[in-house]
Amino acid sequence: MNEWSKAISNFTTDGLGVSGTYSGHRGLQIEEPLLFERDSEGRCGVDLPEPPKARNRLGANARKGRIGLPGISEPEIVRHFTRLSQKNYAIDTGLYPLGSCTMKHNPRLNEKMARLPGFADIHPLQPVSTVQGALAVIDQLAHWLKVLTGMPAVAMSPAAGAHGELCGMMAIRAAHDAKGETRNKVLVAESAHGTNPATAAACGFTVEAVPANARGRVDLAAMKAQLGPDVAAVMLTNPNTCGLFETEIREIADAVHAAGAYFYCDGANFNAIVGRVRPADLGVDVMHINLHKTFSTPHGGGGPGAGPVVLAAALAPFAPLPWVVHGRNGFEVLEKAEGDAAQAFGRLKGFHGQMGMFVRALAYMMSHGADGLRQVASDAVLNANYILASLKDDMSAPFEGPCMHEALFDDRFLKDTGVTTLDMAKALIDEGFHPMTMYFPLVVHGALLIEPTETESKATLDRFIGVLKALAAEAKEGKVEKFRAAPTLTPRRRLDETGAARQPVLRWRRPEEPARDAAE
Amino acid sequence: MRYLPLTEVERRDMLAVIGVPTVDALFRDVPKAAWCSEPFDLPPHQGELQVERALAKLAAQNVPAGSVPSFLGAGVYRHHVPATVDHIIQRGEFMTSYTPYQPEVTQGTLQYLFEFQTQVALITGMDVANASMYDGASATAEAVMMANRVTRRARAVISGGLHPHYRETTATHAHFAGFTVEQFAPNPSADEDLAASIDDKTSCVVVQNPDFFGKVRDYSALAAAAHAKGALLVVVVNEIVSLGAVIPPGEMGADIVAAEGQSIGNPLTFGGPHVGLFATRDKYVRQMPGRLVGQTVDADGRRGWVLTLSTREQHIRREKATSNICTNAGLCALAFTIHMSLLGETGFVGLAELNHAHASILADKLAAVPGVKLLNDGFFNEFTLALPKPAAGVVEALVAKGVLAGVPVSRLYPDRPELANLLLVAATEINTEADMDEFAAKLQEVL
Ligand SMILES: Cc1ncc(COP(=O)(O)O)c(C=O)c1O
Repeated sequence: MNEWSKAISNFTTDGLGVSGTYSGHRGLQIEEPLLFERDSEGRCGVDLPEPPKARNRLGANARKGRIGLPGISEPEIVRHFTRLSQKNYAIDTGLYPLGSCTMKHNPRLNEKMARLPGFADIHPLQPVSTVQGALAVIDQLAHWLKVLTGMPAVAMSPAAGAHGELCGMMAIRAAHDAKGETRNKVLVAESAHGTNPATAAACGFTVEAVPANARGRVDLAAMKAQLGPDVAAVMLTNPNTCGLFETEIREIADAVHAAGAYFYCDGANFNAIVGRVRPADLGVDVMHINLHKTFSTPHGGGGPGAGPVVLAAALAPFAPLPWVVHGRNGFEVLEKAEGDAAQAFGRLKGFHGQMGMFVRALAYMMSHGADGLRQVASDAVLNANYILASLKDDMSAPFEGPCMHEALFDDRFLKDTGVTTLDMAKALIDEGFHPMTMYFPLVVHGALLIEPTETESKATLDRFIGVLKALAAEAKEGKVEKFRAAPTLTPRRRLDETGAARQPVLRWRRPEEPARDAAE
Repeated sequence: MRYLPLTEVERRDMLAVIGVPTVDALFRDVPKAAWCSEPFDLPPHQGELQVERALAKLAAQNVPAGSVPSFLGAGVYRHHVPATVDHIIQRGEFMTSYTPYQPEVTQGTLQYLFEFQTQVALITGMDVANASMYDGASATAEAVMMANRVTRRARAVISGGLHPHYRETTATHAHFAGFTVEQFAPNPSADEDLAASIDDKTSCVVVQNPDFFGKVRDYSALAAAAHAKGALLVVVVNEIVSLGAVIPPGEMGADIVAAEGQSIGNPLTFGGPHVGLFATRDKYVRQMPGRLVGQTVDADGRRGWVLTLSTREQHIRREKATSNICTNAGLCALAFTIHMSLLGETGFVGLAELNHAHASILADKLAAVPGVKLLNDGFFNEFTLALPKPAAGVVEALVAKGVLAGVPVSRLYPDRPELANLLLVAATEINTEADMDEFAAKLQEVL
């Protein structure tokens, strides 16, 4: 008996077990085994022709043993993955207020465009004369990004936000090297996302945290005191991870520049200001843009994303390869550090970047236009402030509003209730909503970071606010048990994460073969 | 604007609740000098039809590989992707979800990632795999950095057969992170003596199989040589379909496998997004980069899945993390998982046989063209030809005749004149015998 059927029979041995049914299923909550637990011999989900007769050229390098992949028919596979999909919460199924992640609607037009054979079915190393339209997409998207940020250059190849950070910090290091300066320290805001310090370290820098002040912003005086000839860059997020605009950002930029360092801005929260504020006007030298956040390329269950990096003139020459440039016969691709790209710092991934994401992002930008993108920022900020204003008396907001595109709460409102931030999040699930970001940023206790985005209606926000008010009231009334038990209406209840980490099971393994007859 | 649900009346009502007169008042923290009160110099919004027309026009300026006989590889391969794959990955429950931070409402994503990890471990012959990296090139750089951590050494020996973009990506990381790479020169004809370069400072040897020029090797002896000096063997795979036909890296003694998974489930898309695969031995799992899904039980004792071992990761460990990666290639990993499950054992092995047979037939046909020499005999679905003149010009001439002939090595090694006449040619299950004959005939015409 495989693990799955064992599990199902466990449910049903004592009459109706945990699941409450004989089959193990509960209405639309289906118990789905692993692919590997389906009896597989003799089935296959594809029909391939017999290979034509040909000389085998693998010789001794040919694989000998079985791989162990299960054979399954197409209808079973369609059902398997469809059932799995039904165990997921997604933007398409409801509000996904995950702070810092900008979970906005993903238009299907963008999917359709990315799948045009002229984009999806072109090889990255085809002669450039056969891919002029693809290079035009990269060029046009670059143009939109440069205008929206006010920056003169953009590196298009990074594959996600963190990859963009790497790109930006490498450009900074290359720029200092070119000047013959050795600067080994990077100052990172205490409230920064974990990728910021991890990136700085991956570029060989030591990391020092810049504290936040009582207003949730960078402590300018403290930062100034930390600046010195050993500081290569300061990494800040703006709007910051508390959902606040850094009011002293221009003073910060001036201080950074006066110290001979560069200002890296984490652009994860660009959605709050797109079309309204240009990072260049804030003194930013380099910033990544998560196309999967602001420009709505789907999050895909954790990627793929894209993280183009806009660069000030001082850093632009160091942008990584490849560069798409206007040449004599249309677009050209510079793939070698020579000519205009002589100072390019290297390469970060294969080929030309996340083309599929570029098409989607461009379709999104063209759909909104200059006017629509301004409205995106306005509505995103309006929605977040509506939540902040509606909930500030029921929950506790650590900082004075207005906020930008996300509303931050801490856990003071749960003090002495026995209910934690985690419990609140899990109770929200039983009410049909995806939780907010929990315990991030680290600068407030028990953070609950709510980012509604502009694609939510007022009716949805009102329901969400109503639920949080009710939950906050119940927590204060002492209904701890309800919170500790939540969620109860999901395919699984709380999962044992400690146990998972203590004895990691990271793949399926074939149950031990029955012991061979010892006499053999 | 069709994507924005708020009406003017609602906006006014909401502003009243907030207690400010206008939305602009909410932006009061923005310095005046940086506030843009007018829309930027960019086109205004457009309807779906207009956007569709404009983008279709750009798409039409490209020559889709499927519209002509096409033989390009060099790290990206055109395979048939079953219709089921693209249908399922577009289910909103998968496509519009995010990293499964809340396991109770993302068991679907978590389970397919566990299945993905298992499939990757099985085909590479390794113990464990992670939930994906950006692509093969970045995965390779991460593999070297992981080997540096495991061995506490900082010098990698890199084969000349590693894909040039992977080499450059690794060298870029080396430059900034402060480790050394000893790069062997690309050489399609001779075998390189990597073992001789391993010493007690070497963290790892990086090889590719099949290598950039298509050659298939058994690296077991190299693994033994590396292990004898306390170094690791990193095996890179560009064409993952090869693992249906070739000895897997795990059986050769590889310690880390970094691979490109595009061939299974994912279209060419001009080189991205694709999906990096990353696998290793159990004993090194805590030094791995990236997300890992693990099995556990819920409060009722039922089996379930969670993200695990996150104390390696940036959101917990910050500057001490094993990598800075956060978003990876989730949906491409799903495409891989679905396609691989449709193939199963029979299909994966069958697909590999088909690829090998087609490439073998094509190699014979092309080698018969006067002046053309086949450089490597042990190959899977890609091989290198030496032409009597520079390959780049030949490829351009063949484009004019409606054939995408392959990748001139000079495209990736422009400053190595000794490689200028080399052409990389790949064949997959998609190429018909008629395509191959057309290619051979037209090659003869342009030489
Ligand atoms: C503030 C911030 N910075 C950086 C990142 C990293 O971006 P990505 O996940 O695209 O690598 C995130 C993403 O979650 C973020 O919220």
